[in-house]
Amino acid sequence: MNHLIIAPVLLPLLTAILLLLGTGRPLRVQRSISFLSIIAQLGVATALLASAAGSTITVYALGNWAPPFGIVLVLDRLSALMVFVTVVLAFFSLWYAVRGNDKPADSLHSVLHFLLMGVNGAFLTGDLFNLFVFFEVLLISSYTLLLHGGGAARIKSGLHYVLLNLVGSSLFLIAAALLYGLTGTLNMADMANKVAQTTAEEAPLMNAAALLLLVVFGLKAAMVPLYFWLPRAYASASAPVAAMFCIMTKIGVYSIIRMYTLVFGDTGGAVANLAEPWLWPLSLITLGFGVAGALAARELRLQIAYLVVVSVGTMLAGIALNTEQALSATMYYLIHSTWVCSALFLLADIIVRQRGATSDRIITGPALRQPVKLGALFFIAAAAVIGMPPLSGFIGKVMLMQAATTDERTFWLWFMLLAAGFVTITALSRSGSTIFWRTENRVAKVDKADRGALLAVITMLALSLVLSFGGNAVVAYTDALAQQLKNPDIYTQAVLSHQAIPGVHHE
Amino acid sequence: MEVLVAVVIAVLTSCGVYLLLRGRTFPIILGLTLLTYAVNLFIFVSGRLNPGQSTIIGVGEGYTDPLPQALVLTAIVISFAMTAFVMVLALRARAELGNDHVDGRIKVEDVKP
Repeated sequence: MNHLIIAPVLLPLLTAILLLLGTGRPLRVQRSISFLSIIAQLGVATALLASAAGSTITVYALGNWAPPFGIVLVLDRLSALMVFVTVVLAFFSLWYAVRGNDKPADSLHSVLHFLLMGVNGAFLTGDLFNLFVFFEVLLISSYTLLLHGGGAARIKSGLHYVLLNLVGSSLFLIAAALLYGLTGTLNMADMANKVAQTTAEEAPLMNAAALLLLVVFGLKAAMVPLYFWLPRAYASASAPVAAMFCIMTKIGVYSIIRMYTLVFGDTGGAVANLAEPWLWPLSLITLGFGVAGALAARELRLQIAYLVVVSVGTMLAGIALNTEQALSATMYYLIHSTWVCSALFLLADIIVRQRGATSDRIITGPALRQPVKLGALFFIAAAAVIGMPPLSGFIGKVMLMQAATTDERTFWLWFMLLAAGFVTITALSRSGSTIFWRTENRVAKVDKADRGALLAVITMLALSLVLSFGGNAVVAYTDALAQQLKNPDIYTQAVLSHQAIPGVHHE
Repeated sequence: MEVLVAVVIAVLTSCGVYLLLRGRTFPIILGLTLLTYAVNLFIFVSGRLNPGQSTIIGVGEGYTDPLPQALVLTAIVISFAMTAFVMVLALRARAELGNDHVDGRIKVEDVKP
């Protein structure tokens, strides 16, 4: 059995425990442990991505209990890609953090690794209740991270975030219990088979359970009307945390993709594709609200947080189109938007530090210490987010628009995506020109940006170029991924045909 | 029996939801607690009500599903931890924001970047 698949859960767990035990040790020690661990995790994630790139689906039965009875971890192309995206993101946000942006560092590093454990576990698990448990692991870490640094604004937005997510958890449990009561299983692959045989009598309850799950995942993904917690929370979080949180909405998106292709997808029998009529209008409204927020935002970080909402809307639209091509485009866009949005959050932090008391309000303030360097980076990041060639946002949007050329929904998607692009240009050029050009005739008395931190941002933005110039390989992978998603039989068979290892006894 | 359990869950849920919609943190936390009680009961009955049966096959005439009981235990532990956390957070918010309203009603000049 290949034990590597559980490493993305165990490695961060052990690191976090080690860091907790090392509380009070010099900062240098903590930072090196944390950073070494993330490099090791990067190696593991790359190896997993390589092993999933073929057509094999690796199943890991915890405690050697064969499915559908035990909990399984499943490594398919989707989960491998999500873990990889997460770990790369964590690498950069830790890189930024260790350059002096992690004070008080005691809590940040260990909690960040706990968060990684929860996120990776949520991506890898093949069990609905286990998904809930990993959700809670990542949520309680995210509560702590959001409050990292303290302050009234963080407490206030943190309280909203925590209360909303606690209600979300309750709804998740109700949905999971309903599904268990109806199907008698929590294993997603087994559940997919049972759901396919839903009778007309059970269909209403099944509908309720499935749509309740959509509410829960919609809350995580920040789908309209459940996104109100996001902008304030992200805007008030400290920079490495805000960057790391770019993966949080994607967990909701991932869960929607997983549940509504595997369990309630084309093969769902009486409840097949039941989320689609909801997802389609809601995704476009999310997109609209996101750009309206970005246009109205009076602070730079709030504006970027709204851009996260925009990206969520775009991805949900791709999922709602529900074709192989659209899913492939969605996954490409997901990689792009996760990395670029977090680069923007890190860059915004560097910019804000050079504006003194003006902070991140989009008003005339002191000139920046390094206007050319930061301005160029902001321009590149903005171009990537808007979707200008040759950066990755352009390719993602084009792929999505190409995927929607078949039916009456084409007009709406093209209209919304292009209008969103235009409005985002307006919003970002407003903030960019105010911050970099319409400045007072003085420079705030601040230090220059840390070179290491700046390099982290530059490398992250370079990833956008890598995504577009290495686009062929990436798209080949996401195409294969979408093909796997649209054939859920491959997944269910791989999981359910998994045998316990003989000769290993349960005590 | 079914009716009784259903009524209990319904009352707990409706009280919980009502309290959740209040504006101050303490009723909200109480509401969350009531809601989690309702949810725990709900998970418990998702394995069907089999009064007087053991969870082990072969001991009595029938058996009752042990899995929901394990799920309830997990859910109880998690909701307990979360309630403790949100309690501390609410106290902290009360101290930092000066009142216990969920929106805190903070003045503009108090907002630190």
